[in-house]
Amino acid sequence: MSQAAVIPQNATPAWVLPSRGIVGMACLIVAESAIFIIFVVAYLYYLGKSLTGPTPRDVLELPIFTSICLISSSLTVHLAVSALHRAKQSLCSLWLAATVLLGGIFIGGTAHEWYQLIYHDGLTIRTNLFGTTFYSLVGLHATHVVVGLIMLSLALIFSLNGAMTTRHTEKLEVLSLYWHFVDAVWVVVFTVVYVLGR
Amino acid sequence: MLTRPVWFGLAVQVSSNPTTIFAPSGTPAHSIFGLSLLVLGITAAIFLVVAGLLLYVVVRFRHRPSDANAAQEPPQIYGSTQIELSWTVIPILIVVMLFLATARIILLTQNATKPADALDITVIGHQFWWEYHYPKLGIVTANELHIPVSDPRHPTPTYLTMTSADTDHSFWVPRLAGKTDLIPNRVNTMWMDPQAPGLYLGQCAQYCGTQHALMLLRVYADSPADFARWVAHQKQPAVEDPSVAEGRAVFQHNACISCHTVAGTVATGTFGPDLTHLASRDTIASGAIPNTAANLRAFVDNPANFKPGCLMPPMHLNQHDLDAVTAYLTTLK
Amino acid sequence: MATQAPATAGIGQPANLSHTAPRRLVLEVLHDWVTTVDHKKIGLMYIGYALIFLVIAGFEALLMRVQLAIPNNHFVSPQVFNQLFTMHGTTMVFFVGMPILFGFGNYLIPLMIGARDMAFPRLNAFSFWISAFGGLLLYFSYLGGSGLYGAGAAPDVGWWAYAPLTARVFSPGHSTDYWTLAILLSGVGTIGTAINIVATILCMRCPGMTLNRMPLLAWLYLVMSCLVFVTISPLTAAQIMLMLDRYVGSHFFDTQAGGSAVLWMHFFWIFGHPEVYVLVLPAFGFANEIIPVFSRKAIFGYPAMVAASVGIGFISLSVWAHHMFTIGMTAGANTFFTLATMVISVPTGIKIFNWLATLWGGKIHFTASMMFALGFLVQFLLAGLTGIMLSVAPFDWQLGGSYFVVAHFHYVLVGAILFMIFSAFYYWFPKMSGRMLSEKLGKWHFWLFLIGFHLTFDFMHIPGLLGMPRRIYTYEADRGWMIWNMIVSSGAIFQTIATLLFVYNMVWSYFKGPIAGPDPWDAWTLEWSTSSPPPNYNFAVIPTVDSRRPLWDLKHPDDPDSYYE
Repeated sequence: MSQAAVIPQNATPAWVLPSRGIVGMACLIVAESAIFIIFVVAYLYYLGKSLTGPTPRDVLELPIFTSICLISSSLTVHLAVSALHRAKQSLCSLWLAATVLLGGIFIGGTAHEWYQLIYHDGLTIRTNLFGTTFYSLVGLHATHVVVGLIMLSLALIFSLNGAMTTRHTEKLEVLSLYWHFVDAVWVVVFTVVYVLGR
Repeated sequence: MLTRPVWFGLAVQVSSNPTTIFAPSGTPAHSIFGLSLLVLGITAAIFLVVAGLLLYVVVRFRHRPSDANAAQEPPQIYGSTQIELSWTVIPILIVVMLFLATARIILLTQNATKPADALDITVIGHQFWWEYHYPKLGIVTANELHIPVSDPRHPTPTYLTMTSADTDHSFWVPRLAGKTDLIPNRVNTMWMDPQAPGLYLGQCAQYCGTQHALMLLRVYADSPADFARWVAHQKQPAVEDPSVAEGRAVFQHNACISCHTVAGTVATGTFGPDLTHLASRDTIASGAIPNTAANLRAFVDNPANFKPGCLMPPMHLNQHDLDAVTAYLTTLK
Repeated sequence: MATQAPATAGIGQPANLSHTAPRRLVLEVLHDWVTTVDHKKIGLMYIGYALIFLVIAGFEALLMRVQLAIPNNHFVSPQVFNQLFTMHGTTMVFFVGMPILFGFGNYLIPLMIGARDMAFPRLNAFSFWISAFGGLLLYFSYLGGSGLYGAGAAPDVGWWAYAPLTARVFSPGHSTDYWTLAILLSGVGTIGTAINIVATILCMRCPGMTLNRMPLLAWLYLVMSCLVFVTISPLTAAQIMLMLDRYVGSHFFDTQAGGSAVLWMHFFWIFGHPEVYVLVLPAFGFANEIIPVFSRKAIFGYPAMVAASVGIGFISLSVWAHHMFTIGMTAGANTFFTLATMVISVPTGIKIFNWLATLWGGKIHFTASMMFALGFLVQFLLAGLTGIMLSVAPFDWQLGGSYFVVAHFHYVLVGAILFMIFSAFYYWFPKMSGRMLSEKLGKWHFWLFLIGFHLTFDFMHIPGLLGMPRRIYTYEADRGWMIWNMIVSSGAIFQTIATLLFVYNMVWSYFKGPIAGPDPWDAWTLEWSTSSPPPNYNFAVIPTVDSRRPLWDLKHPDDPDSYYE
């Protein structure tokens, strides 16, 4: 006791720990990434190994427009969070609505693409290995987008009826982290399926 | 504890056991055996040292209430960089040594050069039997594998090229080599070169379904003369004994021919084992049952008598047909 | 807990007003437990749940050992045997091992880091209930198909469920579906609890408790939970693929369509190997708390222990294909996985040596808890050494898939992990229930279980060396395996009696055991500063700590840890 210098109470550093929500979402993202990686590995492993049926080159077109929409929605959700942080309620609602719209366009585009693939190109999940790995990987991503859209729509409703205020900024930020993750996964899927795979 | 006679008995039992890994015959099994002795020696030494230390510690540093300073806490030691470094470095050295010894054997076994007069056999695993093709000799057989003994001076190893027709299996004859799996849509190779003639036993070592336990292996290592004799015999088409014409008719008019092949007849099915020389084998049902007329009859009547879950259905033959077809099958030497 | 104050007691009320509080209705108690989000109650539910499944899966093992005691036995049919080994393995890994370890973690972590609960209490409850449902779903399979006779549609594909045995064509009934869905559900619960543990440890430590001062148990649970994120997920992904194959006609593992059986193996073992580290790391955590206390010394080499644990976590992700040495990989791949597996022995060895060094110079108290911990030390050493043997790929070509491997992993799971779990029970039962377990019964439990364990699992190595593969419902009489199988089976009887003794000890001691008080072992971490059992809120005032052993500092103000760290 006599050896240590006496440290005045008000000089001890504040005990600051990371936010639970952010850490929790980060962990969820790690786990989900691992799931996606396995589906990507399966996709890459089976490239060129289909015994029959259409190949990626035959039927896939680059989904430029929908990808731009999805990636922009990351920007809009970020703007929504910073608007909420500055207590700009209606601006936050606006950006949230834009995010939901852009995400919705992406899903609609995916649905259209799948319709073409199934009914015009004859590619289903059971057609060949490409069909199996394509629909499962893109479908898994689309499912995550839909879940994100549901959550974002809920946030939009709360923002519109005034229940979500600036003190909920961190919660919205946690949700936006999930949305950024979904977009990042799309970058990977886009590269693997539409660029490398063809 | 265990007296010397017991150890001796153990050793005898272990080395006379038909499937022990400690009685290798042939190069792959021998190299594994040599490596395993090294590994066992190292691990035994580590165990004796560490467990010995633990025993010492537990005796020497036990709390004795009668001690003068029993109530005092012992000196708190939080660590020692030097000591911790030493017990990091020494294990690393042991690992390096063990790894190098192992890598050598892996390369020796897997990348061995195949001599020109190696025997090629294609093995196809089925639920729950083994199919063998000798492509260069034009032979197809099942369940009992005959290979030539290999003279170390002029090696004639047998190379197995293996795959499966259904689920995963594994070919394990411990005295000849380590096991290698038979996997559908994949081709694996292994080799063996028994140096003593005899019957080597083993069994399927990858769970493949209900009757995995009775998918047994019988590898006959024949002297060159015996092997040549066996090959010549196997190349013959099926024996056509007129006295069992009735049984042959029963066989050929029932569903038997859709699963089984009998060379030189209308039976060309490939779902089940080739029966051309069935009666020349010591066992039926993939090593599970001795090949006697009574057993054959009971098996054909209802395979589930011996192997419930095997894929051959009961044939629902009446007693008379059963007798006839059994008599026929016993002539297929 | 019958001795707790009524739920309406405010903060600051002592916890044991049992002599004046009215007895609560059974329905009230049930409602309390079913709707609780309190980490202590959830922890106890996990533990109780796991103990029930331990008994059931143990019974399945007993049936198998009766069948295998003599060759060509007809005690159970091949179909039932194949279901027994599948259910035994699946239950022990997913519904005994994981829940019991999560139970201890849930109970202890907030107490040890000075928090009032886990980071996400509702997620905690949800994770428990969905895991529990998974277990019930798995066992409901016994009633599916043809019902209890013939063991229904219980899974029979082995706990690894290799493709293509699990394809519709080779497994036409629902056994595989029960296996897949039960584990998928419990996997969700597992990931949820892991998220909770990481968030709690990173975000809710009491002031002064830097990561460097955290109890090692918390460190080990932190590493284990991080491992869960990258380990359970591959299994979840592979199982989704399997369900798609079986129901929607996809071809992930359909070898007829060009699919690969080996891909399932890779995905499964990328889960399966780190999974065993998920199971063993908490056991290490218990050892890190218990061995120092009963040696009366601080753990030797705290930083090295942390580094070794993190190292083990990382390296465990690179060794998975040592389960696939026999599938025909290239010499290069076999060599790599041999090396990676051998390398993991270095940090593991460091831990064993550090425990030895902790015992050295100490004053060892042979309580029941400590005896189990010492058993753990010896047995874990042996298990690690047989693991080194198996890491040598050519040796594994002989012994992989044989009873040698079964003996090895049971040595780890039972000899190391279960022994350490027993040790943890004797150590923390007083804290959780307020009463001591009977030391006398505990010693009977220890010796009987030790004898049974060694009879079974020492001798089990021998049939493997003599060529006996695993997962066979019977064997030929001429193989010379019978005597060894008889000895192995006889050990099961001792283990059964010992376990029943243990259960009896817990039940009896809960009602009649001596009162424990807050700190029966004179220990040093924060959970021993609360009453036994702790109040709902854990700590009336959140503590501030300035060393790794806050209670040691309080008890030894002349020689506090904070001097040395």
